[in-house]
Amino acid sequence: MAQVHFSAGLRELTGGAAQIEVDASTVRGLIKALDEMFPGIAARLSEASSVAIDGEIFTDAEYESVSENAEVHFLDIFQGG
Amino acid sequence: MAITEENPGYKWVGTRPIRPDGVEKVTGKARFGADLTLPGMLFGKVVRSPHAHARIVSIDTSAAESMEGVKAVITGADFPDLAANGAHPSEIDVANNAIARDKVLYEGHVVAAVAAITREQAEAAAKAVAVTYEALPHVLTVDEAMADDAPLLHEAMITKGVDPAPEEPSNIASKILHERGDLDQGFGEADEVVEREFTTKPVHQGYIEPHAAVADANSDGRAHIWCSSQGHFQMRAYTATVLGVSPGTLKVTAAEIGGGFGGKTVIYLEPLAVRLSQRAGRPVKLVMDRDEVFRATGPTSGTRIKVKMGVSKDGKITAAEVWMAYEAGAYAGSPVGAAGMTAIACYDIPNFVVEGYDVVCNKPRVAAYRAPGAPMAAFAVESVLDELARTIEMDPIDIRLTNAAVEGTQASYGPKFPRIGFVETLEAIKEHPNYTAELGPNQGRGVAAGFWFNAGMMSSATVHVNENGTATVVTGSPDIGGSRQSMALMAAEELGIPYESIKPIVADTETVGFNDVTGGSRVTLATGAAVVDACRLIVEDLRGRAAKTWDVEVDQVEWVDGQAQHVDGSQPPLSLNDLAAKSGRTGGPISANASLNSRGVGAGFSTQLCDVEVDPETGVTRVVRYLSAQDAGRAISPDYVEGQMQGGVVQGIGWALNEEYIHDTEGVMENPSFLDYRMPVASDLPMIDCAIVEVPNPAHPYGVRGVGEVGIVPPMAAVGNAIRDAVDVRMTELPMSPIKVLEALNENDG
Amino acid sequence: MPRTHITTVINGDETEFLTEDSTSLLNALRDEVGLTGAKEGCGTGDCGACSILVDDRVNCSCLMFAPEADGTAIVTVEGLADSGELHPLQQCFLEGAALQCGICTPGFLMAAKALLDKNPDPTETEIRYALAGNLCRCTGYDKIIRAVQEAAREMRGQ
Ligand code: FES
Ligand code: FES
Repeated sequence: MAQVHFSAGLRELTGGAAQIEVDASTVRGLIKALDEMFPGIAARLSEASSVAIDGEIFTDAEYESVSENAEVHFLDIFQGG
Repeated sequence: MAITEENPGYKWVGTRPIRPDGVEKVTGKARFGADLTLPGMLFGKVVRSPHAHARIVSIDTSAAESMEGVKAVITGADFPDLAANGAHPSEIDVANNAIARDKVLYEGHVVAAVAAITREQAEAAAKAVAVTYEALPHVLTVDEAMADDAPLLHEAMITKGVDPAPEEPSNIASKILHERGDLDQGFGEADEVVEREFTTKPVHQGYIEPHAAVADANSDGRAHIWCSSQGHFQMRAYTATVLGVSPGTLKVTAAEIGGGFGGKTVIYLEPLAVRLSQRAGRPVKLVMDRDEVFRATGPTSGTRIKVKMGVSKDGKITAAEVWMAYEAGAYAGSPVGAAGMTAIACYDIPNFVVEGYDVVCNKPRVAAYRAPGAPMAAFAVESVLDELARTIEMDPIDIRLTNAAVEGTQASYGPKFPRIGFVETLEAIKEHPNYTAELGPNQGRGVAAGFWFNAGMMSSATVHVNENGTATVVTGSPDIGGSRQSMALMAAEELGIPYESIKPIVADTETVGFNDVTGGSRVTLATGAAVVDACRLIVEDLRGRAAKTWDVEVDQVEWVDGQAQHVDGSQPPLSLNDLAAKSGRTGGPISANASLNSRGVGAGFSTQLCDVEVDPETGVTRVVRYLSAQDAGRAISPDYVEGQMQGGVVQGIGWALNEEYIHDTEGVMENPSFLDYRMPVASDLPMIDCAIVEVPNPAHPYGVRGVGEVGIVPPMAAVGNAIRDAVDVRMTELPMSPIKVLEALNENDG
Repeated sequence: MPRTHITTVINGDETEFLTEDSTSLLNALRDEVGLTGAKEGCGTGDCGACSILVDDRVNCSCLMFAPEADGTAIVTVEGLADSGELHPLQQCFLEGAALQCGICTPGFLMAAKALLDKNPDPTETEIRYALAGNLCRCTGYDKIIRAVQEAAREMRGQ
């Protein structure tokens, strides 16, 4: 089970939960599973966030694989200069 | 001084040859944005709002159109209504910022543009465009904009990130929040608590080259744009959006770029130039004056930030509470998100709340500026940390070492850090002679640290081997500070041929695959990785060709020092030269493409040490010694790594001591010139000492992390902490101008 | 509008051009003569990107009207190299990585040449003050100052 973490700003979407365990092998699958738990979360997550998987940050993570026990964080999007 | 974990024995990486585009740039041949002239080209001029906030009642272009030499006049009505087409809100903002429709939201907002045969005619015609405005009340700062009865910029703006969503619109575009642990408990465990409030002003990126674009539109709907930008693929996408056309109809060629620092990742002139060219049927050049650059481009946010931190006697930070509001300018999108993520990211703090607000106001829309959002937050947090260190009488490096994030630390913004080099930058400062250099009267020393993510994103590269065994490396990343050299050094290393045999070029949008902007410190990392990948494909190909030539299996062939060698030495080696000359026999021309969406971004840290001298009579602060230690991961091109470090520091010194946007009560910028917006000059500064720290990024083939941004994060606090050390005043407002320092000194006396 | 006929020597060659009286010398050089080496960073005399030598003195060409050039001898960055051989300042800027984006470089080279022509052995402080009219936003000036010091050494034959 992947450990999925939400920044405080995203917790409004999860009914306040900061951490949720999800069974998925890709980020896409993970978002789909989350959307079943919290309808509507998928749209917000894929638009407004980057994803860190085991510390590595991805901007377009949809097809990235998520290993067993991976630590996944949804982050606010930011821009470089 | 370089701290290197291993000595990799590179031949080219880490050397300091002359940059490939250097001769053209010292002889005046390099063509920057404003340098292109096409046959029949017209000069354009933009008409801008004199009001900070107003409704456009009418625009009468008839007088301008009938003037001598005038070939085209355009207004917002000449562009598609994206809102009606169901475009994304962020696209609508880009379009409305490029040219206003019903409302102007800041002084300098574009309302019309003209094109004429001469510059003078264009200027006269721009003055003749008659715009009637109905002035509206405006808000200029986060405080004004967040007030209960504030006039609204966008009547439908509902704050995002608040649960439940507010019912009433406001100027607050969004709220961000990061929290961990228990704040009350954390402050309860503290032996000392310091709380301060800070304000910073908008500052401009200050690139010396004003924005410039030339467009040449054809009657078949296609157009060619030459512009100075940090990313011509992005310019193509944005321009197509504003014009309502397919990106494929636009070709964009990147001119040489005269500085950007984030400010040239956005469009201003490009869609106007294309539309004018379409209307006139001739090429059109648009170049901003410096005052237009100040009034309508950049800057980065003005802010108000409150920081409260607690520390135990042994120097452990027990709790941090950060509240911040960032000006976005006219449209949502201040960098407060990144500010929230970076504010305390250097440290491992068990209990914290970081809360931030993105606030619109009647100033130009902010654009990215080096590590966008991070420097202001660092100014506040690092100043408070300095006070805490003083309160418990701890060395400023030691308190940072005590709390420093290391590999495995859960970063304040969420994930665990992979291998990072923050501690190494702290140690590099401590070991440097500057740390113990003697200070004179009225002199003081300050330390501050900073963090920036760095970025990866998408890049493409093509490598062609020429028939004489030289190679052309084609990328689509504009070279803003020497990146052609890094590309050539990595290609030379991979192919095993001399650096001088490599020609790196920046190709237009039709000649190379997509590249994201030159920003986020990403080019050497991501475009560099694409170049490395393409070179490795070339080497594979060359091994195959040698195998074919020798009639052996490919695993019998190694590529060493630019030549194919048989593993047992049974064949005379084949050089790249030999293989290239006979490429027709072994499969044709030798070339390879690589494209990637970069992974393995390596976080950057910088720690800086500043010595200042404050004149107690005048309040003037002079930087007398400066040292920057930064983790580059690997310095592919040390000259230009130092250049990025030194440039970032000096921009930060300007931000600390002089630079600010000054607006009058009507919202008109009072200092839109280099005379009145004073950036540092050579006589203001000492040499900027550099300690390049190299803790390789494990995810990059050469260990690169990216170096362009983090250097601007610490300087404001480093200078402020040095002033505190010198004359015992804590400056909480930027810029720390002589008058403010004097006021603070007088308060101390009084 | 009637245009004025100007005769000058530019980079050693007698050059004629037509200009309106209100046109800056910088714009005349760039648009009429086709020499785009001098850059406009501000147009108000505050950045030095437009620096050229007029009768051996360094000037902001954005502050001069084109007709003022009549009868003068002008050197722009394009005239700094001697038939293809780089001036020591150009060579030292290259070797010392004294440019990042390079937009300020033409102006710095001309201002530095004017300094070294007058003062072949300037101190660091003298260099910093002589170049204080030239803005560079990229480099922090460190490598520019060092490159000028190095060029001065070379030109003195040391
Ligand atoms: S353009 Fe002449 S001084 Fe700036
Ligand atoms: S090198 Fe860019 S302004 Fe000087």
